This record gives sequence, structure tokens and C-alpha cells, in this order.
Amino acid sequence: MEFFDTIIQISDSAVRLAIPLLLACLAGLFSERGGIFDIGLEGKMLAAAFLSAAVAAATGNVWLGLASGIGISVFLGLIHGVASITFRGDQLISGVAINFLAAGLTVVIGQAWFGLGGRTPPLSGSGRFANLEWPVADALQDVPVVGPIYAELISGHTVLVYVALLIVPLSWYVLFRTRFGLRLRAVGENPGAVDTAGISVVRLRYSAVIICGVLCGLAGAYLSTGLAAGFVKDMSAGRGFIALAALIFAKWRPVQALIACLLFGFLEAIANRYQSIDTGAFEIPVQFMQALPYILTVVILAGFIGKAIPPKAGGEAYVKER
Amino acid sequence: MQSSVNKERQATAAPASPATPPPAIELKGISKAFGPVQANKDITISVAKGAIHGIVGENGAGKSTLMSILYGFYKADTGEVWIDGKLTAIPDSQAAIRAGIGMVHQHFKLVENFTVLENVVLGAEDGPRLTPSLSKARKSLTQLAKEYELDVDPDALIQDLSVGHQQRVEILKALYRKAEILILDEPTGVLTPAEADHLFRILRNLKNEGKTILVITHKLREIMDVTDSVSVMRRGEMKGTIPTSTTSPEDLAERMVGRKVLLKVDKTPANPADNVLEIQNLEVIDSAGVRRLKGIDLNIRAGEILGIAGVSGNGQSELMEVLGGYSNATGSVKLNGQELDLTGKHSDGQSRRHRGIAHVPEDRHREGLILEFSAWENTAFGYHNEPEYNGKILMDNAAIHQTCAEHMEQFDVRPPNPSLHARNFSGGNQQKIVLAREISRNPDLLLIGQPTRGVDVGAIEFIHQQIIALRDQGKAILLVSVELEEILSLSDRIAVMFDGQVMGERLPESTNEKELGLLMAGMDTSGNGGAI
Repeated sequence: MEFFDTIIQISDSAVRLAIPLLLACLAGLFSERGGIFDIGLEGKMLAAAFLSAAVAAATGNVWLGLASGIGISVFLGLIHGVASITFRGDQLISGVAINFLAAGLTVVIGQAWFGLGGRTPPLSGSGRFANLEWPVADALQDVPVVGPIYAELISGHTVLVYVALLIVPLSWYVLFRTRFGLRLRAVGENPGAVDTAGISVVRLRYSAVIICGVLCGLAGAYLSTGLAAGFVKDMSAGRGFIALAALIFAKWRPVQALIACLLFGFLEAIANRYQSIDTGAFEIPVQFMQALPYILTVVILAGFIGKAIPPKAGGEAYVKER
Repeated sequence: MQSSVNKERQATAAPASPATPPPAIELKGISKAFGPVQANKDITISVAKGAIHGIVGENGAGKSTLMSILYGFYKADTGEVWIDGKLTAIPDSQAAIRAGIGMVHQHFKLVENFTVLENVVLGAEDGPRLTPSLSKARKSLTQLAKEYELDVDPDALIQDLSVGHQQRVEILKALYRKAEILILDEPTGVLTPAEADHLFRILRNLKNEGKTILVITHKLREIMDVTDSVSVMRRGEMKGTIPTSTTSPEDLAERMVGRKVLLKVDKTPANPADNVLEIQNLEVIDSAGVRRLKGIDLNIRAGEILGIAGVSGNGQSELMEVLGGYSNATGSVKLNGQELDLTGKHSDGQSRRHRGIAHVPEDRHREGLILEFSAWENTAFGYHNEPEYNGKILMDNAAIHQTCAEHMEQFDVRPPNPSLHARNFSGGNQQKIVLAREISRNPDLLLIGQPTRGVDVGAIEFIHQQIIALRDQGKAILLVSVELEEILSLSDRIAVMFDGQVMGERLPESTNEKELGLLMAGMDTSGNGGAI
């Protein structure tokens, strides 16, 4: 029974840890399906995490925090859009620039506003997203098997967790069952086909970038106001890049993105729980456990997943030709 | 979306008499400049409803620009577009579609990993939800397929279709949008003769249904076959419109170029000497494990042009790559009696050139030139280690520059500016730069692939003359081309390739396009075999 509880606890923690990855991964999915490669997921997430926490700390209202987080993330996304869609610049460069901008500005502004070395004050009460207790969770708590699954795993997450999980089927529907999705996928594969069909490539790509910004904003806000209680310097900790790896792992498909992100979340949860594992013969050091998600990223990117074909027009600005 | 057809047309009625219907398309005084280049100068043209109308002209004559204006891709600087007797503003492609204009681009505008159905529906959906649009389009496609011989599996992915079928999808796209006017840009460039014939049948069917069709091409034979009237463009200007029945290919070529052009290649019988190239049992297996060449035996003698005919993708490119030194193979290839290394460290482009094999690759944009480099830099590629291009430490750029300028003069490259980027030359001039680089070194063997693809009539004549001249100097030439006419008129001997094999050899004087076409499709024409 103790083993079962452990599994439940790790799974619970895996879900929590997978959510920011999932949101960022879906953000990247919309952007890249539309032909805009976005290495700046990390920076957008970090900026959103900071501003959400800062606004929530100042106003005591987490919803205002969330809105500000989404706002700054969309703003950065639009910078990326202006650079890479309107001015046809290099998408990698503007993405990297956003990452640097966010990493630097969050600390500098944080120090200027709060004087806590780049942190925001700890959030509490209405300044954070509370865990939603589902009906009769308490009553069911002691029922074997079903009880812990319901009370721990299903119930008791913040609203953002459920929103993120709902966005997965929604993304699938939008991408594969709507006019917008068809056009978005087309503009990432062959913008020429979209242009000659009389649809604006620029407008479609901007909408992709904006959706990406909203989702990154959610991811960042979740980090600082849901998962943690306040902003800490560099708190995105490479999640934006792991989300990109998960995106490749998922071959740019929403449901597979969920699976990939849960896998990464699971690894992180294990690393957090078992600081070190004694196998009897030798001890696996804590550093190795913490490095696991990143090692997995490298292994995945080295092509362990078979052929992942990115959207064909990804990374290239569209130039009209005869 | 379809219901708004006509709404955008400005209802300024033309004072046409009721007896004769107004022309389907009337362009009046269209001018368009790109910077200093005047692509279209005061173009006026009128196309009758229900006609197949050809527009011919050399590359850069402004045909594509004119059609792009009609399809709303560019805005004209001045001029008016009248559709069905109504002045019509076409600010973008959406407006062109609403005005009933459809366009089949030379390079298809299809999403490769979408199905046929999704491609047809893209941009013409009925509402935000996809499923109803798709089922409506499915019905409509079945109908259109029956009406016009446009059979395509609606659920097939574009990437799995042949180019002929992909082109049908483009036509279906236009018809699904209720196009009454169909523009086709170089429609047969990538088709086999049989596919081209099928296309012409489709076009005639469309014409019989009252559609108006504009065909842009530089292939004069097609113009003669399929059009009712033809307009000739030269250097951005319209040089007149004539009924097809009153003209001939020679006449059209002369109007296009502005001087008499030899369409027939002028050459004396070959005088072949010893074998220069002997290929035995050449096999290529690609990285996916597919056998691309299945035991090729060929030989070429000095002073002889061996033409390889075939639908592209049947091993010609692999053969060229092996001989050019950038693909490995097994078997034996001898040049002047000496083995070539097919696998080891001497199997590369530079070693091949040292041995006297010059190579004009099939795809000059990817393999023949670096488009972002200047012409003079391109002149050195493959020969950049030659002593005359190198000083003690640094490259002798002045010498390369000088050589390039000489090439440009000898080959009449325009503009004769070695510092211009390769991208900025027209197709014909780019090909001249490559050809000059390769044959000015006095090679024993010239490999030349698709010598006149995307090259205008005037330059084709010049390039053909150069190839013949090289043969007459006693060089061996391997010519690969998908243009049967070119193979027939240049070659002294013709080998036909199909599925990585040589189907047979023929002499140009004792064969014809029909026989070669059958061999290209894998049929044995000698009467004792049948299909393979």
C-alpha cells in the first residue's frame, strides 16, 4: 500500500510539473505549425512568470497577475512576429534575443521594484491560484485505490492545470477540424499555396504568434502563481527548451505533446522525490537524477524517435514570388 | 464565399453591342516596373470567351508578370483589367478568384502533406468547421472528375501523386472556385508526352464548356497544337496577337526573338572515333536501399553525342552523379581505357575534372551555381585549385575575374558583368556561365543534363550550337534531357532509360517520339518482349 501511495504522489507531482511544459509545448505547436520557429518560449514564459507574480504581489489579485503575464508574453511574441514576419528576420536570432531580454530584465526590474535580489515577495491567499478540492474528495480519501486517485491525482490542482489539460483536445480540434487549423497548417507547410488561395499569410502567422504568446503566458503564470508561490530568478529553468524537445518528440501533434510532457514531468518528479537512489551495488547521485530530463532531451533530439519532420516552411520568412 | 462572386466587380458596363459577347479578358495599357526594369510596357490584349489563347515569349519577356497582375499577385502601375466587359479591380488573389479567374502556377502551389481534398478546400471553405466543407468538396470533385477527365483520388496525399496528377489537383482547385478563366503557366514543363496529351484533352473539354483558357509557354509545338490564337511578347512589350491557324513555329520564334531562329539543329553526320567512355554493369543503391541503377552498360565514342531519354527519376540523375563523382557505385567505368574510381577517395568532382570530365549538372541552381555568389566566383568552382587561379598563398581573384569576363564575351552572356550575383542572370545566361566554365577546359567527355531547361529560345539555339561544335572537335558528349525533341535533334545515338535500366538504343534517324515514348514507359518495342 505504501508503494501505491508513492506512485500516486509521484504521479500527482508529475502532472503539476508537466503542466508548464505542456502549455509551452502547445504554444510552440501553434507557432511552428504556422511556420514560425520559436526558440523564445523560455523567455516568454520567464517574463510572464515574473510579471504575474509581481502584479499578484502588488494587487493581491492572481487573476490580474495572470492577465499581465499573458499580456507581456503576447507582447514579446509580437516582437518576434514583427522581426520575423513583417521584417523577415531570422527567427532564431529574434527568439534568442527574447530569451536574453527576459532573463536580464526580470532580475533587474525585480530588484528595482522589490529589492529582494530579483525575487518577488512570497504570494499567499488570493495572490496565488488555490488548489481546487473536488466534491466529496475528503469523504473518499480513505476508500482504497479509488480514494487516493480521486483525492490526490484528480482533485486538488489549481484551475490552470485543468485548463491546460482541456486545451489539449481543444488544440487537436482547432488544428484538424476547423478552417483556421487547416489554413494554419497550410501556412506552415507551403505559404505560397495559402497566398494564391487568397488568404493573408501575414495575418495567419500573426495569429499563430499571438496564440503562442497566450499559451506561454499561461505557462509562466502557472510557474510563479500556481506551482510556486512567487517568482525566483531564472525559474523557468530551461523548461521552454524542454518543451521544444517534447514538441519534436510529439511530432507537432497535441495529444502526443501531452504524453511527451507527462513523461518529462514524471522524470522530474522522480528526480525531486529520490534525491539519490541506492541500488545496492552503488549509489546513483542526486545530480544524475536532476539531469535526467535534460539527458532525455538530448537523447530524443539525437533522433531516438524516428523521423520527425517539422513543418516544411518553418523558419523561413515568406517572400512572394512569381 | 462563392455567393459574393461578382459583387466586387465594379458595375461599369462596357458599351458593347449585344450581338457579340464582350471578350472574357481585356487588358488595357498595363505597365509594371520593378525598380529600373520595365517588366510590362503598355500591354493591351483581348481574349475571346471560350477560346484557348497562348502567350509566348522568351524568359523575361514579361508573360509571368502579366499573368501575376491578372491573378492579383502584383498590382499594375497603370492600366485596366476588364473581365466580361466590366472594369474589374484586382488588388489581390482573393479578388481574382471572385472575378472567376483561376491559375495553375508553374511550380504547383499545393501543400504536400495534405490530401487532395484539403488542398482543394483550402481558402474556399464554407464555414469555420471543416467537415461540412470537406464533404461538399468531395461531392463536387466526383462531379468535376466525371465531366472533365480529371480523375484524382480525393484522399490521396499530394506527395504520393505524380506531377501529372498534382497538376490536375491545381485545375480542380480552380474549377472548385468556379473559375471561368483558367491561366496555366508552363503547364507541360514537367509532364511526359502522354500526360501532356491528357492535359490537352482536359483543356479542350473545358473549352467546350465555355471556359476561357490562357496558356503561357515557350514550347511552340504545344501552342500550335492546342491554341486558337496566340499573343507574342518580347522584352515587356506585346508584339501582336494572331490566329494560330495563320502562323507556324518558325514564324512565332522569329516574333519572339526578333530575328530568324533555327529551330532545327544544324549538324553534319557524326564521325565517331575510339571509345572515350565505357560503362559496364554499373549499379547504384541509394541510402534507403533502393537499387537506382540496375546494371547499366553504355559506351560513348569521341566525336559522338549519346542522348539519354527518359521520364525524370528513372536513373538518369544517378548516372550523371556517378560519372560526375559525387555518388558511389559498383561496376566499371573506363575513361580512355583507364578505370575511374567509383568509391574511393578519387571519386569526387575535382578528380573527375582532372581526368577530363566536364559536368553541366541537371539542376543548375542547386549543383551548377551558387546563386548568392558572383558570376566570377562561380567561374572558379570545381577548378579553384588550378594553378592559374592561385597565387602563392591567396587566390588570384583578378585572374578569375579576367577569365569570367572572357567567357562572358565568348558566350554572349548578358549583362556581361562578372561581379553580378549568379541569381540576377536569366536562366539562359546562367546556363551559359556554367557551360563556359565546363567546356573552356578542353575536356574529353562532357556530361550535360537538361541543357536548355528554363532557357529561352535564342539561348537554346546558342547552347545547342556549342554542344555540336564540341562534338565536332572530337569530344564525347553524354546528354540527358527530358525534352524528347532535344534528344532527337542533338543526339547521334539515343539510349532510353526506364527504372534504372537501359531499355534499348535507337538511332535518331530511324526512330520517332512515339517509339521513344513507349520505351520511356517501360514497353519493349522490338516486338519480342512486351512490357517488362
